[in-house]
Amino acid sequence: MEFFYVLMPIAGVKIFWPGLIILGVGVGIIGGFFGMGGAWMVTPGLNILGFPMAFAIGTDIAHMAGKSLISTMRHGKFGNVDYKLGFIMLVGTIIGFEVGAQMVMWLERLGSVEKVVRYLYLILLALIAWMVFADVAKKRRKEREALARGGEVDKLATGLEWHKTFHAIKIPPMMHFKTAQIYCSAWLPITVSFLTGWLAGILGIGGGLIRMPALIYFIGCPTHVAVGTDLFEVMISGLYGTATYTYKGRTELVAAIIMLIGASIGAQIGTVATKYIKGYGIRIVFGLAVIGCAISIVLKLLAREMPTYAAYLDGGATVLILGLVAGMSLYIFLRMVAGARREVAMKKAKQ
Amino acid sequence: MWRFLRNFFSLTIMAVLLAPSIALAAGEKAAPLVVVADTRKFTGWEAWWTNLYNESHCWFTVVTVITVPVVGLIFGLITDFIMGHIGIDLTSRELAEH
Repeated sequence: MEFFYVLMPIAGVKIFWPGLIILGVGVGIIGGFFGMGGAWMVTPGLNILGFPMAFAIGTDIAHMAGKSLISTMRHGKFGNVDYKLGFIMLVGTIIGFEVGAQMVMWLERLGSVEKVVRYLYLILLALIAWMVFADVAKKRRKEREALARGGEVDKLATGLEWHKTFHAIKIPPMMHFKTAQIYCSAWLPITVSFLTGWLAGILGIGGGLIRMPALIYFIGCPTHVAVGTDLFEVMISGLYGTATYTYKGRTELVAAIIMLIGASIGAQIGTVATKYIKGYGIRIVFGLAVIGCAISIVLKLLAREMPTYAAYLDGGATVLILGLVAGMSLYIFLRMVAGARREVAMKKAKQ
Repeated sequence: MWRFLRNFFSLTIMAVLLAPSIALAAGEKAAPLVVVADTRKFTGWEAWWTNLYNESHCWFTVVTVITVPVVGLIFGLITDFIMGHIGIDLTSRELAEH
């Protein structure tokens, strides 16, 4: 059994390395598929494996940077990354993040903000989930109406079309984002990224969970381009986060590399799966992930309110998150295998 | 247009350079303690690695920031090779919809 444990040089604890690889595969698949870092999924997993909290966040960010690089490369080849949009949004994200981070520090000096932040996070997740499912319901209604008329809905049609209102605001300079097929004011992505960065800074999260739907609903990116472009941002912010956390001595590189072995495979699977799943399929699974994340936060809040049941509620939150990771990654993996089989069979039939 | 972009990126670079230490400050707070790695348990590269951590967080950071993308790239290329070998087209996506 000793073979399955590796002593972490910096943290000084023995960790079950196959667990790190499995966790890496799971979050790699989900990250590559949705376009997010997934820190909210990794940290409970690392805790279960016995990883000290002091190193969990830095190690997670370090593996996230490597994983996002792989996913961005693959999405880039599929034509899913709008680099121009990504660079412009990166600026807004960084400035917004700094403003949000400063604001939290200022609020902390006034009093405890932790609870407020958790409630804010919860409201935000509920809004995102509502947005996703309202969009899906509206799209389906449009399809039913078109079918009743004997026609068909346009391939590019969406449910919610808020982005069209924002695109109509023509404040110079106007910009054309070729890959995302968007023509809008440069101030639109700057403002949206500033706001998502600001929220991420306040909530203390990476921001992929907020940025991906913002890219779709406010900027008007097709789902696949939103995923790819978001991953491009996660990659750069991940490298930046790796540098700052490592400089503070909070990264266990050995664990990050072991996770990266699994995550590199998972990231490719998740990214390739986007080839076979329609944009709205991705949106629905994303909405379910957001609901799972929200429930886990509710459980954690309840644990604070009811200390007698804290152990059960905290345990329940961890089980829920890890169950979500396992279930979603398995679903994405199976869809990817089915799609790949179909593609290979078609190729053989053509020959 | 170019002037706008130039100003815009200048401001960004300035923001990044001026405030690196406060980024991610809103994240979960790390415990306020100094962690020292126990080098006595290790030999070879592990001993070198733990010593590097104890002696200079700056060099430790440089090595980590270079290692992470390089390792990611290597594993990514290996997976690429395997998936390509299976017969999956890794260069194009036919689906075109939102």
